[in-house]
Amino acid sequence: MELIGKTNIDFIGMRKVSFIISSIISIIGLFGMIQMGRGAANMGIDFSGGTAVQLKFTQPVGIDKAREALAKHGLKEASLQDIKESNKLLIKVGKTTLATGKVADTIEDAFKKEFAGNQFVVESSTEIGPSVGDKLRKDTLTAIIISLIGIIIYIAWRFDFKFGVGATIATIHDVLAMFAVFYLLNKEINLLFITAVLTIAGYSLTDTVVVFDRIRENLHKNLKETMHNVFNKSINEVLSRTIVTSLTAFLAAISLLLFGGEVIHDFAFALVIGIAVATYSSVFVASPIVSLWEERGIKAKA
Amino acid sequence: MSKGINWRFLLIVAFLLLSVVYITPTLVSKMPSWWTGILPKEKIHLGLDLQGGSHLIMEVDTPKAVEGALDLIATDLEDSLAAQTLRFKRIAREGGDKVKMTLYDKATAETVQAIIKKKYPEMDLLPQFEEGGFTVIQLKMNEKVASDRKDKSVSQALETIRNRIDQFGVSEPIIAREGLTNIVVQLPGIKDPKRAIELIGKTARLEFKLVDENVNAALATPGSIPEDDELLMEKRTDQTTGAVTETPLVVKKKAIITGDLLTDAQVRIDSQFNQPYVSIEFNSTGARLFDQITAANVGKRFAVVLDSTIYSAPVIRERISGGSAQISGSFTDKDAADLSIVLRAGSLPAPVKIIQNVTVGPSLGQDSIRKGLMAGAIGVLLVVIFMAVYYKVCGLVANYGMVLNILFLMGALAALGATLTLPGIAAIVLLVGISVDSNVLIFERIREELRLGKPPIAAVDAGYDKAFLTIMDSHVTTLITAAVLFQFGTGPVKGFAVSLSLGIIINLFSSLVATKVVFDFALSRMNVKRLSI
Repeated sequence: MELIGKTNIDFIGMRKVSFIISSIISIIGLFGMIQMGRGAANMGIDFSGGTAVQLKFTQPVGIDKAREALAKHGLKEASLQDIKESNKLLIKVGKTTLATGKVADTIEDAFKKEFAGNQFVVESSTEIGPSVGDKLRKDTLTAIIISLIGIIIYIAWRFDFKFGVGATIATIHDVLAMFAVFYLLNKEINLLFITAVLTIAGYSLTDTVVVFDRIRENLHKNLKETMHNVFNKSINEVLSRTIVTSLTAFLAAISLLLFGGEVIHDFAFALVIGIAVATYSSVFVASPIVSLWEERGIKAKA
Repeated sequence: MSKGINWRFLLIVAFLLLSVVYITPTLVSKMPSWWTGILPKEKIHLGLDLQGGSHLIMEVDTPKAVEGALDLIATDLEDSLAAQTLRFKRIAREGGDKVKMTLYDKATAETVQAIIKKKYPEMDLLPQFEEGGFTVIQLKMNEKVASDRKDKSVSQALETIRNRIDQFGVSEPIIAREGLTNIVVQLPGIKDPKRAIELIGKTARLEFKLVDENVNAALATPGSIPEDDELLMEKRTDQTTGAVTETPLVVKKKAIITGDLLTDAQVRIDSQFNQPYVSIEFNSTGARLFDQITAANVGKRFAVVLDSTIYSAPVIRERISGGSAQISGSFTDKDAADLSIVLRAGSLPAPVKIIQNVTVGPSLGQDSIRKGLMAGAIGVLLVVIFMAVYYKVCGLVANYGMVLNILFLMGALAALGATLTLPGIAAIVLLVGISVDSNVLIFERIREELRLGKPPIAAVDAGYDKAFLTIMDSHVTTLITAAVLFQFGTGPVKGFAVSLSLGIIINLFSSLVATKVVFDFALSRMNVKRLSI
């Protein structure tokens, strides 16, 4: 069976449109990253410090009533999120005047008093001191930088310069796109999200390498063809495997997203986005950049 | 290229057997006795996010340990000067690194300097000076001694915490030092995390102090009491209502006996009131001191102080010899049990602060395992169906490679005694998708070669050869990020990195060697003429 037969799509010709789209995505991603650095985005408590408690009630709890109850006990600034399927409530409190270690107790007491008839169990409780959050932020930044440098060094060693730059830009593009989506949807930026980002940074090269290998092969075979045509031909030749490899990873990630439960829901979501973006970028970002560069080089020589 | 087919099959079967042997202890709860003798018992451990439990990071307040050491030096100098009948106005700790001695005259100062040099050669003696008609000598603890002291306080705190946790009874706790001042404690499957945290975090400094009856405690403020006194609260909890009442008491700052002199502490029940109390035993020094002090202070009250809170303040009715005493208060059974544990395990050299507490209840962990497995099963099913439909029989070969990949990975995780976390499960599910990618690349190459008119054997060989570099590239870059995640990640993330990187490495074998041998066997031994791809 074949998903798509022989194609002849002018991918490189679409680079004007794709570059505009990718630039917008990257700028949003960059903006989101800066906002996160300033703490203006929805940062998880593992980075910002604070308390998160997940409670499971026996009867449904109105989110407004819960907010009222917390406000009564001095936790006005708590953010609430209900997990619909099962009377669960996730309460997050950032830095407060209360001492670390007291917030979780205060939350529990508040619900015990205000919802006396509705029993609950504490499913999870996380308290992170501000110093831990600061350290984690620094470590994470180091981790991202080291991984990118590692990948760049490897690509530089495997490919020549122009391909290396193309692959690196595509990888950074994918990372920025994941940040952009999470920033726009106001989803929580936590350690698991960063894990997903780094995983995709490593994974996104698979598709790019497949395309690049073919371009190199064809460049050696077809010396007379124009760059534009060689690039297009190569992408079209490997298009079905680019799609199939992404599809299998996508199937796995989507089953995590749909059936993996609330703890890794956002993590799986980040993977799904990342796999989709990585496929797009190998065709529409990495190759057009290299082709543009190669064509310029030829024109300059002529 | 049909050589070595038997050997390769043998290798695969050997790995398969090994994996099954290693996975079995994880799957079977009770192993038969013949197994445990020679075969591996190591299980895949479940992370705290899956089995429930607490992950704590505690920061030891190390400057307090230095202050404590300086306080001890000050007290010791007071005693030695008193013993040699040298008069002094005041000896006390000054700031975080000095002991200040205020003396009446220079002559005494010289003698004192000689004593200090002999007793504390490691301390720096600052130049003496005059202040308001008194001679002042300052002793400074230098950086190196202070940092030694801090370092020791953290390792001491770690030992004490380990002791307390052992006595509290937690199976397979992990207690480790992290960085200069932090201690990481993992308590898997703990039922009552709050109680455990309270027990671990308590400084548990036990002191017996004489009550200063000359001061009216009800009117006293911290500023109005004599310099060598302090104002503490006696806490009592009403057993029936749970209300806490606090009564102020003024006691001597200097402790007459401390918890260091204890040898044992046990919970006992008062037969008269059916109330639990903690009975303590002193060592010989403690017993002698206790005997002397009770004899000298009959009729007065002494306060039993734990971490600056008074538990009880009984009147000394008679001289107490024999070296045992009791701490009673308004305890519940659990309070008394916990108090006896901390007293037996000893006090922490400095207070600790909990800077991170991640606690997962057992129900959420169960839920996560169930859903993770569910997602995995569905992921496998989707991928298997897709591959079979898209690549027909060859797709089945890829699926067999994927199943081997997962089995080998589980075996490796068990053999290494690795910890499986929820993100670790996610990594395995993701791996199901990535695992067949290598075969997709190979199969697409084979299809191309077949289209060029090559016979199946040549097409398969060319497919494997040409796809190899591409596969290596994607594996290496994924490994780079997994290694970084392993280095920087904690707990759950580390579990993800371990599962992912092991899986990727194993994938090289399962997707290249294990599937190739099937093709070689079919094409050369069974004379298959057409590939179903």
